[in-house]
Amino acid sequence: MSLLEITNATLKFGGVVAVNDLSLSVEEGEVYAIVGPNGAGKSTVFNLISRFYEPFSGQITFDGQNLLDRRADAVADLGIARTFQNIELFDHATVLQNLLVGRHRHRRTNMIEEMLFTPRVRREEKKHREAVERVIDFLDLQPYRNKMIAGLPYGVRKVVELGRALSSDPRLLLLDEPASGLSVEETQDMRWWIDDIRKQMGITVLMVEHDMGLVSGVSDRVLALADGAKLAEGTPAEVQSDPAVIAAYLGTGAA
Amino acid sequence: MRIHFKTSYEHDIRLFPDWWSFFVYAALVAVAVILPWLLDDFFLGEVTNVLIWAIAGLGLMLLTGQTGQASLGHAAFLAIGCYSCIIGMENGLPFLLAFPLAGVITGIFGTLFSIPAVRLHGIYLAIATIALSVLADDIIVLLEPWTDGVSGKFAPMITIFGIEIERWTTPDRFYWLVLAVTILCTLFYRNLLRAPLGRAFAAVRDSEVSATAMGVHIAFTKAAAFGLSCAITGLAGALMGFYAGAFNNETFSIVISISLLMMIVIGGLGSIHGAFFGAVVIAFLPQALSMTTDMIGGGNVAIPGLETGVFGAILILFILFEPMGIYGRWLKIRTWFELFPFARKDMFKRQKSYLKTERLR
Ligand SMILES: Nc1ncnc2c1ncn2[C@@H]1O[C@H](COP(=O)(O)OP(=O)(O)O)[C@@H](O)[C@H]1O
Ligand SMILES: [Mg+2]
Repeated sequence: MSLLEITNATLKFGGVVAVNDLSLSVEEGEVYAIVGPNGAGKSTVFNLISRFYEPFSGQITFDGQNLLDRRADAVADLGIARTFQNIELFDHATVLQNLLVGRHRHRRTNMIEEMLFTPRVRREEKKHREAVERVIDFLDLQPYRNKMIAGLPYGVRKVVELGRALSSDPRLLLLDEPASGLSVEETQDMRWWIDDIRKQMGITVLMVEHDMGLVSGVSDRVLALADGAKLAEGTPAEVQSDPAVIAAYLGTGAA
Repeated sequence: MRIHFKTSYEHDIRLFPDWWSFFVYAALVAVAVILPWLLDDFFLGEVTNVLIWAIAGLGLMLLTGQTGQASLGHAAFLAIGCYSCIIGMENGLPFLLAFPLAGVITGIFGTLFSIPAVRLHGIYLAIATIALSVLADDIIVLLEPWTDGVSGKFAPMITIFGIEIERWTTPDRFYWLVLAVTILCTLFYRNLLRAPLGRAFAAVRDSEVSATAMGVHIAFTKAAAFGLSCAITGLAGALMGFYAGAFNNETFSIVISISLLMMIVIGGLGSIHGAFFGAVVIAFLPQALSMTTDMIGGGNVAIPGLETGVFGAILILFILFEPMGIYGRWLKIRTWFELFPFARKDMFKRQKSYLKTERLR
């Protein structure tokens, strides 16, 4: 059984078919990349998994459980964490607080206990902070831990968003264009991190990315998407040499 | 510049970041406790008023500053707290029971109001809450058998373990009572901020989309914010009733709601300090104004709407030049001195961020 399985999913926005009868499955422990020109429907696939959009038809399961009968906020409970293409951080909070929100799915205390800050809350807080501190070390975020997001450079925000997702100890990590807007060096870092996330932390990664260097460097399998439908699927080399993919990219003038 | 060396995670969880700030706040509380011996009854009354407004400010701050839900209806919750506490006492409940109960009742009303309010954002929520403020007046009149309508009610004497507390005859005791409630509410607020729920509030305020993706239940979190906010506001309302001595349907008008919102904006949204700074401004502004008009020679001529006008002008100036409020300005001044002479002019500039409409693509 695959970790994540999408079967014949379709979603339309008015006349636009954003996802067209798409099926894909992500195996536990792999890095699976989705590539495709702008507007191909890549982010929409993520938003379907996050339950922000309701598919017209099709099935989505995670670890054998039906994702479609869950609310959007109950997706995280299964161990699915994500980043956003245009960075969605909590701007008026510090880096540390942002990462701690990533721990929300592990919250075990209630409002009254937290108001009184009982010993149990303190113990739980320590656990959350230990987990977050590991992420801060891993991503070299120490210099920023108490900085407000609103004042941080773009590259750092991108890393913080990855950190927030990692703080939740996910089983599946969804990365929407993790390297877009990053410098060559930053992209290189991102590549090592994604490698380590898979190899050391054992987290399955599903990512959308335009940078073919990064895609071939880290992913086991690649899916090429055009107009919401599957164009090709296979190893990075197979997909890059696929005639349909080459045609699609030349046709749209490369993304 | 105070540099924090991390020794353990305990450090971040602590109530005070370092010994210095512990001493500052301990000294502040100590001065507050001995204040009745330092001030005459008039000024003690004014300080009591500031503290009551600060409690109400903390209540609204939790909702608006922390969770991002604007409310122009909090006067209604002040009224619910006030009436339920005093009606409770009139029916034989001791203050120590009636007072917290008033908070709980107001909190329940707040939670109920959050059910329709959860779907509303920004200006629409503000408009819906205005309706609440307007309705409160009418409902108090309609419920005359309980509320005594337009003729109003008088606050009874408070007795705690046989000790009588009243605003005019024992201003010092009343002040200590208010101080105790202020400290408790501040402590609860502060505790929430270092716990998951407080962070969930901020998450809902800054991005509902990613809060959801992190597992935050938006409706529950907003309901909790409304409930807690209104509970604290209810306590402040009860204290306002005792402070005023008498109150009726017009006491908790929409003007109070607006003042309260202005107060936390001027003080600094999203911080505990902001509620206190704002309360000082709102409580002393009328005095300061009448002193100024006296000095200018306006004499006894009351200028209608002057207070509101000046208040509005201050608010606009803050929104234009210091959106972070007095607390934000204070932080900047402090940082400037700590970094001296290395402070840079655009250190506090914000980076470009994306428009909401681009978000999910
Ligand atoms: N919320 C929405 N409302 C209407 N149309 C949308 C929405 N989200 C995406 N689309 C459309 O769906 C298509 C796929 O978009 P998207 O998944 O963002 O593409 P990309 O592959 O670049 O991430 C595009 O044509 C886009 O305009
Ligand atoms: Mg996209």
